Amino acid sequence: MAQTVPRLLVRALGKSVPGPRRLFQHLDLAVASGELVAIVGESGVGKSTLLNILAGLDAAEAGSVTIAGTDLGPLNEAARTKLRREQIGFVFQAFHILPYLTLRQNVALPLALVSPDARAAERRANAMLDAVGLGGRGDGYARDLSGGELQRVAIARALVHRPALILADEPTGNLDPETAARVLTLFAEAVRHHDAACVMVTHSAQSAMIADRVLQLNADGLVELRGG
Amino acid sequence: MQMVWWNCVAAKSGLMSGRLALRWLIGGEWRFHPARFAMTAIAIAVGVALGFAVHLVNGSALASFNGAMRGISGGAALSVRATSPLGFDEQTYPEIARAEGVADASPVVSLNARARDVRLTLLGVDITRAAAVTPALIGMNLRGPGAGNETAFDETALFLSHQAMARTHARVGTQLAVIANGRTVLLRVAGTLPAAGDTAELAVMDIAAAQWRFGRLGRIDRLDIALSDPAAADPAAAEAKLRARLPPNAVLSSEAAQTAQSDAVSRAYRVNLDMLALVALLTGGFLVYSAQSLSVVRRQRAFALLRTLGMDRHSVIAAVVAEGLAIGLIGASVGLASGYALAWAALRWLGGDLGAGYFGGGANGVVFQPGAAAVFLALGLLAAVLGSAVPAWTAARAAPAAALKNAGDVRDPRQRVAWWPAAVLMAAGAGAALMPPVARLPLFGYIGMALLLAGGVAGVPWFARALIAPLAHRWRGAVPDMLAIRHLYGAPGEAATALCGIVASTALMIAMATMVSSFRGAVDDWLGSVLDGDVYLRTNAGASFDPALRARLSAIPGVASMTFSRQLPLTIAPDRPPLALIARPVQDRTNPPLALIARVAQTPTNTVPVWVSEPAQRLYGWNPGDTIALPIAGQTRFSVAGVWRDYGRQAGAVLIDDRDYERLTGDSGRDQIAVTLAREAQLAPVVRSVLAALPPALRSQTEMTEPATLRRFALALFDRSFAVTYVLEAVAILVGLAGVAATLSAQTIARAQEFGMLRHLGVTRQQVSRMLAAQGVIVGLTGALAGIALGLILAQVLIHVINPQSFNWTMSTRIPFGTLAGVAAALTGAAALTAIIAGRHATAQSAILSVREDW
Repeated sequence: MAQTVPRLLVRALGKSVPGPRRLFQHLDLAVASGELVAIVGESGVGKSTLLNILAGLDAAEAGSVTIAGTDLGPLNEAARTKLRREQIGFVFQAFHILPYLTLRQNVALPLALVSPDARAAERRANAMLDAVGLGGRGDGYARDLSGGELQRVAIARALVHRPALILADEPTGNLDPETAARVLTLFAEAVRHHDAACVMVTHSAQSAMIADRVLQLNADGLVELRGG
Repeated sequence: MQMVWWNCVAAKSGLMSGRLALRWLIGGEWRFHPARFAMTAIAIAVGVALGFAVHLVNGSALASFNGAMRGISGGAALSVRATSPLGFDEQTYPEIARAEGVADASPVVSLNARARDVRLTLLGVDITRAAAVTPALIGMNLRGPGAGNETAFDETALFLSHQAMARTHARVGTQLAVIANGRTVLLRVAGTLPAAGDTAELAVMDIAAAQWRFGRLGRIDRLDIALSDPAAADPAAAEAKLRARLPPNAVLSSEAAQTAQSDAVSRAYRVNLDMLALVALLTGGFLVYSAQSLSVVRRQRAFALLRTLGMDRHSVIAAVVAEGLAIGLIGASVGLASGYALAWAALRWLGGDLGAGYFGGGANGVVFQPGAAAVFLALGLLAAVLGSAVPAWTAARAAPAAALKNAGDVRDPRQRVAWWPAAVLMAAGAGAALMPPVARLPLFGYIGMALLLAGGVAGVPWFARALIAPLAHRWRGAVPDMLAIRHLYGAPGEAATALCGIVASTALMIAMATMVSSFRGAVDDWLGSVLDGDVYLRTNAGASFDPALRARLSAIPGVASMTFSRQLPLTIAPDRPPLALIARPVQDRTNPPLALIARVAQTPTNTVPVWVSEPAQRLYGWNPGDTIALPIAGQTRFSVAGVWRDYGRQAGAVLIDDRDYERLTGDSGRDQIAVTLAREAQLAPVVRSVLAALPPALRSQTEMTEPATLRRFALALFDRSFAVTYVLEAVAILVGLAGVAATLSAQTIARAQEFGMLRHLGVTRQQVSRMLAAQGVIVGLTGALAGIALGLILAQVLIHVINPQSFNWTMSTRIPFGTLAGVAAALTGAAALTAIIAGRHATAQSAILSVREDW
C-alpha cells in the first residue's frame, strides 16, 4: 500500500455544535492514494459532520484540511465547489441517482460538469459501468435497478472523473447484508484500482471490515481501532 | 336517517375503518400547508365570485329592464302593437274591441319623447278604457291643487312616473316642454303614475290630446286588451281569432312575448359573459388539480404506509376527494359572498350591462337569486372535487411497496406519452362545434370549446415531450441546461401539472383576443366603407326633414350631394327585438351602395326588392332570391336582392329604396342626412349654412356628427362592451399564473435532495439557478405555445360558431400578433422568475441536510 504524499491531510481539526458541547478537537488524519479508511463512532459523535468538513461543505473552527495538496482554508465557496467538482467523489446512503437521466448520463455527470466533450464523457461512463458490472445498461434508468445496482451506479459516478478523494456516507446503509457485501467489495476494488483516497463513514462492522484502517471518532479525535 | 345513509356509504367505501387515520392525514396536511389550502380555496372563490357577480348583475339589470317594460305596458296581458312607429289605423280599435272573447280594449299612442333632455316614453291613453284594462297607466295627483284624478281629462295634463319625475326634476304643476314626433308641446305636470314601478321613464297624457298635439291623428300604436274570462277561455284560440283581425302593420303580443323580446336584446351577450366568467372557475379547478397532485406526490409515502397497514384504495381516494370538497365548500362560500359584494359594486360603478350599453337605465339594486347561488355553489364544489379526483385516483393506484421504496417516483422517460386522449377530446370538441344552435344559443359551441380545452390541456404532456425531444436527444450544451431539458423530458406530466391552469386561461384569453381583434378589424373596415359622407345630420324625438326642406338643403352652395334616409324600428315577430328598416335612395339596384356579401342578378317580378343585413338573414332565414313579407304595406311581396354586412344592428336591418318606401307607406319624412361636400368646399361654412336653413324648432332636435367622431364613438362603444371581458380574462390569467407559481415552487422545493446531491458533485448555486431558470423558460414557453395554439383553435370556434350563432355576425380571422408575443414573453418570464425564486429557496437549504435520507 502506498505511503507517500497523502491525498488527504487533516491537521488539528476542531468542531463544536451550538451550546457547550464540542464535537471533536485535535483531529489528525492522513489518507494516502488507494487507501480506504473507515470511520466509526456512536450516533451524534460527528462522523457526517467530519465528512462535510472534508468536502468543504461545512467549516471547522480549528485546524486545516488539505486535499491533493490544496488547503481548503483559504478557498472561497466557488473555489471549494471547483475543488469538489474535480477532486472529490461522493457515495451517498440514498444513492441519489437522478431518475430523469439515463444511467450513463448519471455516471457521466461529474465529467459533464468539467468538460463539454459529451462523447468522451459517455465513453468513460460506459467504461465505468462495465467496471461496476453494469456494462450495456447505460441506456437504462434508475427505476430499472435494484438498490445494490443503484449503489454500483453511484460508485461509478464517484470515480468516473478520477478524483483524488472519495467520501462515502453509509454507502451500504440501504442494502441487505448480501448485496452490501458485494457492493463493498466492488467499492474497495474500485477505489484501489483508481488509486483514490477514500474516507467512509459507517455504523456497519461489515463495511468497516473491508477498510485498510478503521478509526473511531470521539470528542478527542480519531482513535485507531485497526491498522493497515 | 341521513346519518344512517352516510354511515352505510362510509362503511362500504372503507372510510369508516380508516376514518381516524384519514382525519389525521388531512388535518396534518392542513396544519403544515395552510397556504396551499388557502390559495386553492381562493382560486375557487375567485371563480365563483366572478361567475356569480356577472350573473347577478345581468339578472338585476334584466329584472330592472323588464320592470320598466312592464311599467310602460301598464300590465296588459295581451296587446296589439304596431310593427313600426308609423302606427296603425285607429279603426282597428272598434274592430278588435268587438271581437269575440275581448272584454275591453284600450287604445294607446306611444311616442319616443324628450323633456329637459331626458328620454321618455310618452303614452296617450283613453282614461275610461285604461281604467278597465291597464289601471297602472292612470295618473294620480297626490299633492297640490285639484287633488284627485279629474285632471286626467285635461288635454294639457301630463302624468310622470317616479323615475321620469326625478330625472326631469319636475313637480306637480311644473310646465314641461315635451318634444315628440318633431313637435314641441308645453304640458303641465298634473301628477304621478304610482303603479308604473320605479324604473320606467314614462309620461302619460290623454290620447286625443296626444294625437292632436303631436300630429298622430287617426293613428294608434298599441291596443291593450282584456279578455272576457282569461281563466276559462282558451287563450290560444282567442289569440288566433284576434290575429286574423289584425292589420298587416300590427302584431299580437303577449306579456310573455314582451319579456322574451326584452330578454332577447341582451341574451347572447349575457350568456357569453356568464361563460367567460366561468373560465375563471375552470382555471380555479385546474389550480386545485395542480395543488392536489403535488400534495399527493408529496404524501405518496404516507398513503403507501397507510395502505401497507391495511387501508384500502377507496379510503385514499376518499381522503383526497374530501380535501377537495372542503376546499370547494370554503372557496365557493367565500365566492358567493364576494360575488354579491362585487355585483353591488359593479352595479354602482359600471351599470347593469357592465358598460356594454344594452340597458340604458341600468339597475336599481342587486336582486339576489337563490337558484343561481345554489348553481354556483355546486359549480365551485364540482370544480374542486373534479380537480381532486384525478390525483386521488393516481394516489390510490400506486403500488404501496414501490411507493414506499421509491418515494412514489413513477416517472419513466422511455414511456411514451399518450396522445390519443387529447385527440379524442379535440375531435369530439370539433364535432360539437359544428352542431347548430339550440334555442338561438350556441350551446354545442360552448360544449365544443370545453371539449377542445380539455383535449388541449390533456395534450400538454405530449406536446411538452414533443417540443423537448429534439433538445433532449441532441443537446450538447452546458450541464445546467442539459439537466433542465432532461428533467422535463423525463417528467412532462410535471410540466403539465404546473401548466394546466395557465394553458386553459391563456388559450381562452388568446381566443378572446383573436376574436376581438378580428371583430374590431372587421368593424373598423366596415365603418370605413359605410361612412362615406363628409358630415351626418340626424333628428331625434321623431322630428323629420320634409320634402320642401330637403330640396332647400340640397341647393346650399358647397354641397355636392345629400343622401336622405329614414330609419325606423320594424317588429317582425312580437318575441324578437325589432329590426331596423332603412329607406334610402338606391339609384343602381344591381349595385346598391352597401357592403354586399351576397346578391342575386334579378329579383322576381311583382316584388319590391330589399337588401337584408347579415344578422337579419341569419335571424329570419332570408336568403338572396327569397320572397318575404314585411309588415309595412299590406300584402306587398318583397324579394331579397342581396345581403349586406352590418355590424351596427344586432337585431338585423332591411334596406329599401326610399321611392318604394314612400309609395308603400305614404311617409315622406326623412330623419338622417349624409352630406357630401363639393370638391373645393369647406366643411364649417357648409355646416353653418345647413343649420341656418333648418327651422328653429327642428334645429334644436338635430344632431350633427362628422365621420371621424362617429367612427371614434362606434369603436369606443365596441371597446367598452368588451372591457369587462378583458377584466375577466385578466383574472383568469392571474389565477393561472398563481397556479404556475405555486406548482413550480412546490415542485422545485420537492427537489431539494436532488439539488443537494448536485451541490456535492460541484454544481454551483448559480448553475442550479440557471438550471431552474432554463426549466422555467421551457415550462413557460411550452405553456405559452400550447396556450396560443389552443387559443387560435378556440378562436375559430368563437369567430365561426359562437359569434354567428350568438350575434349573427361573421368575420374573417385577424391574428393579434403583438398580443401573442406579449403573452408568450410574459408567461415565459413569469415562469422563469418563479422557478428562480423557488430555486433560491430550495438551494438556500444546506446541501448537507438536503441529501440526508431522513430529511
